[in-house]
Amino acid sequence: MATGTTLDVPLLDRELTAPPLTPQQLIWRRFRKHRMALLGIIGFILLLAFIIAGSIIVTEKRANEVDPKGRLTGPTQTHWMGTDSTGRDLFARVIHGGQISLLVGILAVILSVSIGTVVGGVAAYYGGWVDALLMRFTEAMLSIPSLFLLIVLGKYFGKDVQSFEIFGRTFSGSVVIVILVIGLTSWMYLARIVRANVLSLKEMDYISVSKSLGASDVRIFFRHLIPNTMGAIIVASTLGLAGAILSEAYVSFLGLGVQPPTASWGNMLTQAQQFIQRGSWWMWVFPSSFIVFTILCINLVGDGLRDAFDPRSAKHV
Amino acid sequence: MWSYLARRAVQALFTLLIITVLCFILTRLSADPMAQYATSQRMSLEDKEALRERLGLNDPLPVQYLKWLGLALQGELGKSFFSKQPVALMISQRLPNTLVLMFTAEIITIAIALLLGIISAVRQYSLTDNIITAFSFMGYSMPIFFIALGLMLIFAVQFKAWGLPYLPTGADIWDKQDPKELLIHLILPVSCLVIIQTAGYARYVRTSMLEVLGLDYVRTARAKGLTSRVVLFKHALRNAALPLVTIVGLDIPYLIGGALVTESVYAWPGMGRLFWEYAQRGDFPVVLGILLIVSSAVVVFTILTDVVYTLVDPRIRLS
Repeated sequence: MATGTTLDVPLLDRELTAPPLTPQQLIWRRFRKHRMALLGIIGFILLLAFIIAGSIIVTEKRANEVDPKGRLTGPTQTHWMGTDSTGRDLFARVIHGGQISLLVGILAVILSVSIGTVVGGVAAYYGGWVDALLMRFTEAMLSIPSLFLLIVLGKYFGKDVQSFEIFGRTFSGSVVIVILVIGLTSWMYLARIVRANVLSLKEMDYISVSKSLGASDVRIFFRHLIPNTMGAIIVASTLGLAGAILSEAYVSFLGLGVQPPTASWGNMLTQAQQFIQRGSWWMWVFPSSFIVFTILCINLVGDGLRDAFDPRSAKHV
Repeated sequence: MWSYLARRAVQALFTLLIITVLCFILTRLSADPMAQYATSQRMSLEDKEALRERLGLNDPLPVQYLKWLGLALQGELGKSFFSKQPVALMISQRLPNTLVLMFTAEIITIAIALLLGIISAVRQYSLTDNIITAFSFMGYSMPIFFIALGLMLIFAVQFKAWGLPYLPTGADIWDKQDPKELLIHLILPVSCLVIIQTAGYARYVRTSMLEVLGLDYVRTARAKGLTSRVVLFKHALRNAALPLVTIVGLDIPYLIGGALVTESVYAWPGMGRLFWEYAQRGDFPVVLGILLIVSSAVVVFTILTDVVYTLVDPRIRLS
C-alpha cells in the first residue's frame, strides 16, 4: 500500500508495523489506567517525603525528649500535634515512629517473601513427601489465627531484648524481633501462590529443555521458575507490606512490639488507649491517621498492580 | 467423595499434629511459668524445686509434650498456673460471651455487606458505588483499634462530656441477668467489628454479583420480562451468594477465638481477652488450650466448608 517515509504511512499500517509491546509495557499500560493506584503512589511518595524530610529537620532526640510540665497538652503552636503522657512532642514522634513502622514493614516483607518463595517453590519443584510436609506445615501455620501467632512468637522471641547501635543511633532490639515475628508469620499465602504457579510452570517444555541441556536445579529455579512468577510475587509483597505495617501496629499496640522510647505508630496508640478516657483525642487522631493513610495508599497500589499483572481479575472490578 | 474426605481427614490429622508441636514449643519456651514465684519470700528454693517437679516442668521437653498431648486427647487441658482453675472450665466460662459478641457482629456484617454489595453491583460505577468502594477500601485499611478507640472517644467520652446519653466502655461489670444491659454493652464492640469486617465482605459480594449479572441466564430472565427485583433476588443473588458460603464458613472458626483487640479495649470477658491476659503471664496451659481449640476448629471447618459447598452447588464435585 503506502510507501515512502514513515510519516506518510497511514495510522493502521504504522500500528501493524510497530514492534509488539513487551509484557512490561503492557503491564505499565494497564497500571496507568488505574487512577486510584496512581493516586496511591502519589500519596505514598508524599508520605515518604514527609518522613524523610521530617527526620532531617526534626532530630530523633527531640522525638524522645521528655517534658513532664508540658504533658498531655493538645495541639499548640510549639507542639503541632500535642504531647503525650510524658510530654514528648507527637509531631516528632509521628515522623520517627513512621520511619520505624515503614522500616519494620519493608524488612518484614523482604523476609516473608523470601521464605514464601523458597517454601512454595521447593514444595512444588520437588513434589512428593517434601511437598506434603511443607504444605502441611504451611497449613498448620495458617490454621492458627494470625494475631495469636504473632503474640505467641512475640513472647517467644521477646524474652531477652538488647539494644544495639547502627549509624550512631540506638535501636531497641525489639525492632529486630518485630521484624522477625511478622516475617515468620506472613509467608504462607505467598508460599501457596508460588507453589501453584511453579506446579504449572514446571510442566512446560522450556523447563524440560533446560533440564536436558544440563541446567542445575538452582539455575532452573532462579532463572526460569521464579522470574515467571514475579507478577504474583510483586503483587503479594505490595499487599504484604500493608499487612506488615498493620501487624506492627497491632503487636506494638498490645505492648509486645517496638518498645518505647523508640516510637512506632503502633506503640504511640498504646498510650492513646490509656488516656482516651480523659479525652486526649490528639494522641489517637494523628498516629492512626498516618497508619490508615499509609495502608490505604499501599492497598490502592497493590490493587492496581494486581489488575495490571492479571487482567482477568480486573474484568469486572 | 468419600475417598476424598478420607484423604482430607488424614491430611488434617497430620496438620493438627504439627500445630500441637508448634504451639507447644512456642508457648512452653516463651515464658517461665515459675516466674510468678521468683520474688516470693515465702517459698524456699527447695519448695520451688518441689513445685517444679510436681508440675512436671523438669521433664525433658518431648516427655512434657507427650504427656500434655495424651491428656489433651482425653479432653483434659490441665490447670492454669495462675488461677489454679481447670483450663476447660475457664474456656467454657468465656466462650458464651465471645459467641454472643462475634455472632451478633457476623450476622449484622453479612446483612450489611449483602445490601452494600448488591447496591454497588447494580449501580456499577455510579456515585453510590464509588462511595461504597471508597469506604470499603478505608475499612480494609484500618487497624481495628483505630475504630475501637475512635468510637470510644466519641460515644463514651465526648458524649459524657457534652452531657448526652453515652455508651458504657467496660463490659466487665454489668447485671448478667438483664438483657437490656447486655444489648447496651454490645453496641460499641459490635459496631467496631461490623465496620472492619463489612469492608471485605461487601467487596466480595460486589465482585461475585457483577460476575453473575453478566451471565446469559440473567439476560434471558430479563428478556422474558421478569421484574428486575425477581431477576436480582431470585436469579442472580442465589448464585452470587455461593462464594459467600465459603468465606463465612472459613470465618466461623475464628469467631470462637474472639476478637482479641476489641475485647481488650472494651473489657469484654471473652476468649480473645482470656488468651491475651494469660499469654502475658506466660501461663502456657491456658494459652495452649485456646490455641488447640481454635486451630482445630479452623482445620475442621475448612473441610466442612468444602462439603457444604458441594451440597449447595451441585455443579462442584469433590475429587
